[in-house]
Amino acid sequence: MSIAQSNKFGFTINRSRLIDYDSSDRKVREFITLKEPSFRLCFACGGCTATCTAGQHTSFNLRRMNTYIRRGEIEPLREEVKRCMLCGKCLLVCPRGVNTRNVVAAAADAIGKLERNEL
Amino acid sequence: MNSELFTLPFNLGLYFILIYSVVRSTVWFRNLSRSDKLRLQRGFFGRPFMDSLREISMESLLHLKIFRKNPVLGYMHMSLAFGWFLLIVFGTIEADFFGEKHLNPPSHAIFFRWFNPDHGAEGFAGIYSFWMDLLLAFILSGLLLAIIKRFTPRLMGMKKTTKHTWTDRIALTSLWLIFPSRLLAESFTCGVHGSGSFLTGNLGNALASFLPAADIAPWFWWLYSLSLGTFFFLLPVSRYFHIPVELFLIFMRNSGISTGDRHSSYTEVQTHACSSCGVCISTCQMSYAAGIHDIQSAYFIKGLRNDRDIAGITANCLMCGRCEEVCPVGIELGPMRLIERRQGERSDRTLKLQEKYSLMRRRSTLERRPTQSYRYLVREEPEKADVLFFAGCMTHLTPSVIVAMKKIMDSAGVRYRFMDENGGVCCGRPLMLAGRDREARELINHNSDVIWKSGAQILVTSCPICYKVFRESYYLEARVMHHSEFINLLIEEGSLRLGYLHKKVVYHDPCELGRGSGIYEEPRAVISYVAELQSSEQERNMSLCCGGSLGNLTLSSGKRAMIAADAARTLTLGLPDELITACPLCKKTFVQATETKVSDIAELVAAALPAPRRENAKKRPARRHSRATSNG
Repeated sequence: MSIAQSNKFGFTINRSRLIDYDSSDRKVREFITLKEPSFRLCFACGGCTATCTAGQHTSFNLRRMNTYIRRGEIEPLREEVKRCMLCGKCLLVCPRGVNTRNVVAAAADAIGKLERNEL
Repeated sequence: MNSELFTLPFNLGLYFILIYSVVRSTVWFRNLSRSDKLRLQRGFFGRPFMDSLREISMESLLHLKIFRKNPVLGYMHMSLAFGWFLLIVFGTIEADFFGEKHLNPPSHAIFFRWFNPDHGAEGFAGIYSFWMDLLLAFILSGLLLAIIKRFTPRLMGMKKTTKHTWTDRIALTSLWLIFPSRLLAESFTCGVHGSGSFLTGNLGNALASFLPAADIAPWFWWLYSLSLGTFFFLLPVSRYFHIPVELFLIFMRNSGISTGDRHSSYTEVQTHACSSCGVCISTCQMSYAAGIHDIQSAYFIKGLRNDRDIAGITANCLMCGRCEEVCPVGIELGPMRLIERRQGERSDRTLKLQEKYSLMRRRSTLERRPTQSYRYLVREEPEKADVLFFAGCMTHLTPSVIVAMKKIMDSAGVRYRFMDENGGVCCGRPLMLAGRDREARELINHNSDVIWKSGAQILVTSCPICYKVFRESYYLEARVMHHSEFINLLIEEGSLRLGYLHKKVVYHDPCELGRGSGIYEEPRAVISYVAELQSSEQERNMSLCCGGSLGNLTLSSGKRAMIAADAARTLTLGLPDELITACPLCKKTFVQATETKVSDIAELVAAALPAPRRENAKKRPARRHSRATSNG
């Protein structure tokens, strides 16, 4: 093991899993739940992500987005949400009947509102 | 009997509405784009003007479209519109003919009986007043139906009727009052003077026998004049503004103006031409199958007219296009809704009464900024091919359709390339339906690039959603075909050899393929080539939506299931062996809603392909033609 690698061993080898609740912003989550109440039904099975059209070209991952929204992590969400093509495949595979297409649309709107300081 | 003071409300109202209509039409004309102005000017001196006159008499007066939908409802509209029109025309002639002088002011024609109470006792004048009474009776019969309809819409073939704003209600009341008050006013006057025909004369005599008719008559003439005046003053702010505006709309449409992709004078004219008749409400599946009664086109247009926040209404629509098919005014409801989806948010404010009269309203909208971006897409170098097959996102969820298509194309010896075999890029239509046109353009550019580079002559797609956008929003050299069209072409060319399946099937027209793109015949030709095609209750341009539509962004899965179940029930009334559709989304939706087997048209055809091994051993399988059943 080289010195450079050994320096990474320990706390730096994995990305921090620490959730900073001070920087958590629940406004986006509340906006989405208001616009699309079925968002609360999601149990993060990942079916949407498996079938995703945009996911085949990029790292877009609706299941991960769901986590970001719930945790109130807005920064990673900002770029992520732009990648969805709204094709609606996820809508058809969702076992819980979540209106996933509108969740993404609402999330995109929420980010836009956040930038305009309206949320 | 020559006090004319009571004509004042009528005169004021009449001159107000005449001047207002002319000014407002001028403003609308001025705000048209240059090319549309030219169209209108050219139309004025050409055929469109004559066509408009014919359409105005057929639709605005006789209401033939509503008549065909329901005779009683048609009679109601016809008696009010055509009857009133005749009453005005013949009243004017009467006043001109029998009055003191020629070319009377309008009030002398409308209140003819007041100024000539003794007229019409015998001879030709008697016959004429019989005719005028007949016209009044004609209108009153329609009015009676209108009152019945307001309280029990079901009797008139309407599942629901429109809820109105308060200005609409006052205007409606004054309209309803006009004709009974005319009847009573004329009857009292006739009762005093012993004139009048079967209606006014007899009623007048009966009333005069026990009432002081000479004292009461002026009150009803006042009521008649007041209700006319009120009606005219409320016309521009109520739904009855459709009466003058519809004439303008018909002329604009016949001159070749269409909705386009942004708000303009034309959309404003369409907004005001809606009569809130409610035909769209009773046609809407969201209303009768899913119990949502407040988002239909009549309410959408009303929200636009009053500048309300209608984002919820705008988004909550299947975009199936059934309302547009039945709209008696011919408003382009689908494009109007898409324009509104494209707009940003609209601040909700209740318009004050005087604001509703304002001539050109500035809508309070915020510009929508692009929310999506697809810079991550990598441009690829595709292989050359004659035929390009684009399955579409949804078809990837129904792999059996892809398998069937491959089988069919291999069997016909088509040299094709599967464009999105490893999952392609979305066609852009779902984004457009969500009001994100600029974002859709990025996807369209990406796909266009791939299609152009492939050098394909024919682009086949299995998804009607993709098909519509390929045809309308892509600039392609390749001929765009839905797979039902392509299979039909293969059959007609003779390159596909098919057996006959002894099955009864029913065909469901997908919205985007049928109403959206006008493809009705090809799928039916293909199906009747391989199986027995049943007709269903609502098909072709009135085909039902499966409920799975991507046009609706907000509808919950439960409501979707209700629509799907209702549609599936209607389709399977004839107990078919299979329910055939031509859209992967419809297939996915129907599978969960019915016991009947649901297949795509490609699967049906693939099942009719002769088995490859047996083909060599035996001779050609017998082929039977059955094309007669397609016209249902």
